[in-house]
Amino acid sequence: MNISVQSLSVAYGAHTVLQQISLQAHAGRVLGIVGPNGSGKSTLVKAVAGQVAAARGQVLFDGSAVRPAALGYMPQDQQTQAALSVLEVVLLGRLRQLRLKVQADDLNAVRQVLHRLGLAALAGRDVRELSGGQRQMVFLAQALVAEPQVLLLDEPISALDICHQLDVLQVVREMTLQQGLTTLLVLHDLNAAARFCDDVALLQNGQLLACGSPAQVLTVAHVARAFGVEAEALCCLDGTGVLVPKRALRSGLQTDDAIKKVAISAY
Amino acid sequence: MTSLSDSVAPDSIGLEMARASRRRLFVLLSTLVVLLLGVLLDAATGPAFLPVLAVARAVLGYPTDSAVQAIVWSIRLPVALMAIAVGAALGLSGAIMQTILNNPLASSYTLGISAGAGFGASLVIVLGLSLPVPDNYAIAANAMLFAGVACGGVYWIGGARNATAEGLVLAGIALLFLFQGLSSLLQMVASPESLQQVVFWLFGSLQKSTWPKLWAIVAVLAVCVPWLARDVWGLTALKLGDARASALGVNVRALRVRSFVLISALTGVAVAFVGTIGFVGLVAPHVARLLIGEDQRGFLPASALMGAVLLSLASVASKTLSPGAIFPIGIVTSLIGVPFFIWIVRCKRKNYW
Repeated sequence: MNISVQSLSVAYGAHTVLQQISLQAHAGRVLGIVGPNGSGKSTLVKAVAGQVAAARGQVLFDGSAVRPAALGYMPQDQQTQAALSVLEVVLLGRLRQLRLKVQADDLNAVRQVLHRLGLAALAGRDVRELSGGQRQMVFLAQALVAEPQVLLLDEPISALDICHQLDVLQVVREMTLQQGLTTLLVLHDLNAAARFCDDVALLQNGQLLACGSPAQVLTVAHVARAFGVEAEALCCLDGTGVLVPKRALRSGLQTDDAIKKVAISAY
Repeated sequence: MTSLSDSVAPDSIGLEMARASRRRLFVLLSTLVVLLLGVLLDAATGPAFLPVLAVARAVLGYPTDSAVQAIVWSIRLPVALMAIAVGAALGLSGAIMQTILNNPLASSYTLGISAGAGFGASLVIVLGLSLPVPDNYAIAANAMLFAGVACGGVYWIGGARNATAEGLVLAGIALLFLFQGLSSLLQMVASPESLQQVVFWLFGSLQKSTWPKLWAIVAVLAVCVPWLARDVWGLTALKLGDARASALGVNVRALRVRSFVLISALTGVAVAFVGTIGFVGLVAPHVARLLIGEDQRGFLPASALMGAVLLSLASVASKTLSPGAIFPIGIVTSLIGVPFFIWIVRCKRKNYW
């Protein structure tokens, strides 16, 4: 399923959070969404998920404004007070088809996703007793268990150790490729975005600063402009590139000029 | 009951599912057994203590002493069954409320709905203002009406802020004080006789129970339960927060409105006939949550059963605490319920809410 975001604007009250965003996401590809805090990443994903209304513009799914039912959305907030087991939380991912008595195919779907994410041993645990990272994996499982065509993940690895970060990103990428999902992935880690996304959209102040392949978007110049950070691009032995953040340019007086300097020198 | 046990396969996930099902079934069945014993005990207690066995025979329709038969069927059983029906309605409405408001303090008593009913009853008793219904039902009708008004008020005020849980709780607290204030105002201008009547109504009493009143509550329960059964998964999802529930496909606003209608019907009919009984609606869901968690397939029936058990035992206590007199049931639920609740809060797992 292809998603087309067309001139999308979103406002919370008088405050405009997204301005005129246009981009495409394609089936079988992972679109990374990066940008500084408050740049509108989460709002963009929420708008695609139908959780916030568009002030202007629209989101089309294969040309239709009707949102598909098979849409897995994982919000950013992982807090919960619910006295539910991991199994029950993941089962809720299939809410649309659940009957009073849990059916065998619902249970099978839960079983598969828990095994795939290595959560089977936690099935009976109370979600409130898990660590933040474990809970994040559980909510990811909840988003995956509905066998969605569209997968929207808001910072799915923010609380995970490096092993689980890679684990999650690998699973998401594999599923996207194998099952032809259209995946939107909000990330803070630019190197993870470079590594696991097919396309990257860079947001700043609610506007789309750049969109394209990771190599086109995640440049030293863009990082300086969007984040106000001087970074260095290094080349690894295996040929992949890595961005190493060096220093923040936004402290004290040296703001816009310094950013321009870094941006110019990068070109 | 079988619908509460799930399809299972023999692996860790299947075993976990089976374990949860078994636990649910065990808790529900054992509560049911306690409840049946409570009913028998309740029907046996009174000015004349009847042998439990004779009561059981009378209830089950076996031939027994005609005096026992008469006392049980015309006096004791309506009270005993009323305790169950009212307890179940209060437990259920408290459970729904705690779920949709995601708040451990929510119950129809703490959020002003019972206070609304109390004000409605006071209007009839003090000022004689009532709906055009037979005198016998004037207080009940007004209490129900104002429970509905309070419920609608909570939703109307809280709904102004997108009907978030916090907004609704604040609205409920505000209405609690409003209706209590209005009731106090009425009590201030009331004659000594009507003041006594108001205070007695507010204490709550099961003693005026009759079969028709009982059937009215049973009818409301019979309408509400299938309606709830449709929403169990949506309500369970709501426990994960509005954003997540809505991401999972729940129409959060519609579910809250539906639930408020149910709460107002359940609380309204329960308090209309027996007066305001506090604490059952608050405590029963807490006990249920502690025993089987918040999968609403188990949580809602367990809260209803637990409410029924609590009120049934309170009814027994109200008749035995002081020989020859009947303690108002509302006072008993608080006197027994509060220490029990404090024990749960202090001694159980730290993060149990």
